[in-house]
Amino acid sequence: MTALDQFPITLKHWMLGLSFWPDWLQPILSALLSIGPIILVFALLFGLVTVIERKALGRIQNRRGPNRVGIPFTNVRLAGFGQFIADGIKTLTKEDVVPRAADKVVHFLAPIALVVPVMLAFAVLPYGRNMVALDLPETGLVFFFAVGAATELSVFMAGWSSCNKYSLLGAMRAIAQMISYELPLILSTLTVVMLAGSLSLVSIVQQQESTLALGIHAWNVLTPWGLAGFFLFMVAAAAESNRTPFDLPEAESELVAGYFTEYSGFKFALFFLGEYFGLFAICGLGITLFLGGWTAPFAFLNVVPSWIWFFGKLAFLIGFFIWMRGTIPRLRADQLMNLAWKFLLPMTLVNMVVAAIWHFAGQAGWPGVIRWLFCAAMILGPYWMLGRGLETKVGKRVYRYAS
Amino acid sequence: MLGTGIIKGMVETARNFVGSYTDEARLTTVEYPEERIAPKENARQFPFLVYDGDDWHQGMRCVACQICEKECPPQCIYIEKSKDKKPDFIGKPQLYPAIFDIDLSVCMSCQICVEVCPFEAIKMDQEYELSTTDRFGGLLVHKDTLAKSNDYYRKIHPTDAAEIDARRIEDARKAEEKAKADAEAKAKAAVEAKAKAAAAPAGAPGATASPTPRTEPGKGEERPGAPAKAPGGASGAAPSSPPAGGTN
Repeated sequence: MTALDQFPITLKHWMLGLSFWPDWLQPILSALLSIGPIILVFALLFGLVTVIERKALGRIQNRRGPNRVGIPFTNVRLAGFGQFIADGIKTLTKEDVVPRAADKVVHFLAPIALVVPVMLAFAVLPYGRNMVALDLPETGLVFFFAVGAATELSVFMAGWSSCNKYSLLGAMRAIAQMISYELPLILSTLTVVMLAGSLSLVSIVQQQESTLALGIHAWNVLTPWGLAGFFLFMVAAAAESNRTPFDLPEAESELVAGYFTEYSGFKFALFFLGEYFGLFAICGLGITLFLGGWTAPFAFLNVVPSWIWFFGKLAFLIGFFIWMRGTIPRLRADQLMNLAWKFLLPMTLVNMVVAAIWHFAGQAGWPGVIRWLFCAAMILGPYWMLGRGLETKVGKRVYRYAS
Repeated sequence: MLGTGIIKGMVETARNFVGSYTDEARLTTVEYPEERIAPKENARQFPFLVYDGDDWHQGMRCVACQICEKECPPQCIYIEKSKDKKPDFIGKPQLYPAIFDIDLSVCMSCQICVEVCPFEAIKMDQEYELSTTDRFGGLLVHKDTLAKSNDYYRKIHPTDAAEIDARRIEDARKAEEKAKADAEAKAKAAVEAKAKAAAAPAGAPGATASPTPRTEPGKGEERPGAPAKAPGGASGAAPSSPPAGGTN
């Protein structure tokens, strides 16, 4: 079983061990063999997810969704999964319109500045046992957030360089949203760092591989602070990757496209790609921090290769995001800010306190159960109280003068 | 509590998602080129000219009265009257359109031409698959393409067609009765005239030729009027021409 589990690693080592590589090429080749599969797998995943998303949204709305494009010149339809290849060819062959007044260099760089940092974020995620392109034992999580924050820069580059007031306004809205949600996003991950005592994503996953009773792996999501942290993280992640219900920056039905109004052709596709890559990366981080990374839920399921667990969880989370997109309507800008500052931020702070209590309370036997319930109550209380302020109160309308 | 509404919504969408796979009746769309929804009777797309019988030219109901041309809001109809006449469904000699063109790119499918036509000659078609590989050709639709049989009209608008057919049969019957009565009266008059004897039995054969419905007002009559005043002087022609031009 370890043979299948470690198959990508052994394949890489076998390719590196081939005799005809000169010595000086070895480090470069090793890096390329790590980067290549990551980019290929995620690019393919991006293509498939665009089709699956459209199909799932169609089904949620009782439509069939795209089911036409298959292999050209044949009647093979592949249930519409040729669509993303056709879309890619279409965006590549489309005219690239750049506004005359645009700052051409920045306009050109913005989509690249979006995609490259997101791809860098893929480097530190552990996809399986021993499968991480860049293991940063001291700063893995910090690196992830550091490169993730660079996407905000690219968003503003796009809005500013287009020399279009709507693009600029869209960029400012997007920046306001991203910066507001960056805070709860990072604070919700801090609980994991506090308890794991490490910023390395690899060691965070390894700690979750220890077993609880009945051979259940100690995923962080099984603790009260982990569960709360996971939900807070996912809400903030949805906002950070501009997914519905937080897709205000490019609300298709209300704005043209927000900050990338003036982009067309393949540059537009790069923004699209960057958003999906951002979603995959942040889902991967959520899996790593809360859902046990590449570990199986139960010890006896360790026979299934670790990378299958990781991508299975990733598919599950992406499916959940699609489901959410098909359900929840878009927030208003003030609701967006209220949720970030009046609900998510206090909840993450409460969650940190709960995590500290969890750390110092008794662990084994009955004290463990009491600790679980106490911590859960400590989260549910503030959740209920903070949530009351967010709920819309629609009562009978009172007219002071007219009635 | 916060979030209960979201959970309710998620359950609803999940039910739709699963239901769309298990229950075909849920799907509101059809797979278009293979399946089609039959058009509703009142659906309308583009006008066509109705003809009776088998010969489109002979049976065309249009008498080139040009009411539709004048009423058309985007002015997409162009009609030129014929020089000769042909008998209509009750045998009356009528003009017919020598040219009847509709510009497909201008028509806005408003159906006003249909509503103003006193001869039930122009009706709305339901043909919506009008795409071609030729971008510019075929946009001006001529009368040979516009002409479609009454059978076709009955097929696409059964209710309206039945009502119109009944009315036209009634009209034809009345016209026939009237013709018979006229013939009898004429015969009687002829007999009387013969009885009165004397010379010149000119019974005025052209009396039955009724005026064509609503001939063009203005234009033909008023145009000659303007030049009639003009001979007063070359400079006098200028002030007199605007009223003449204004009538057009």
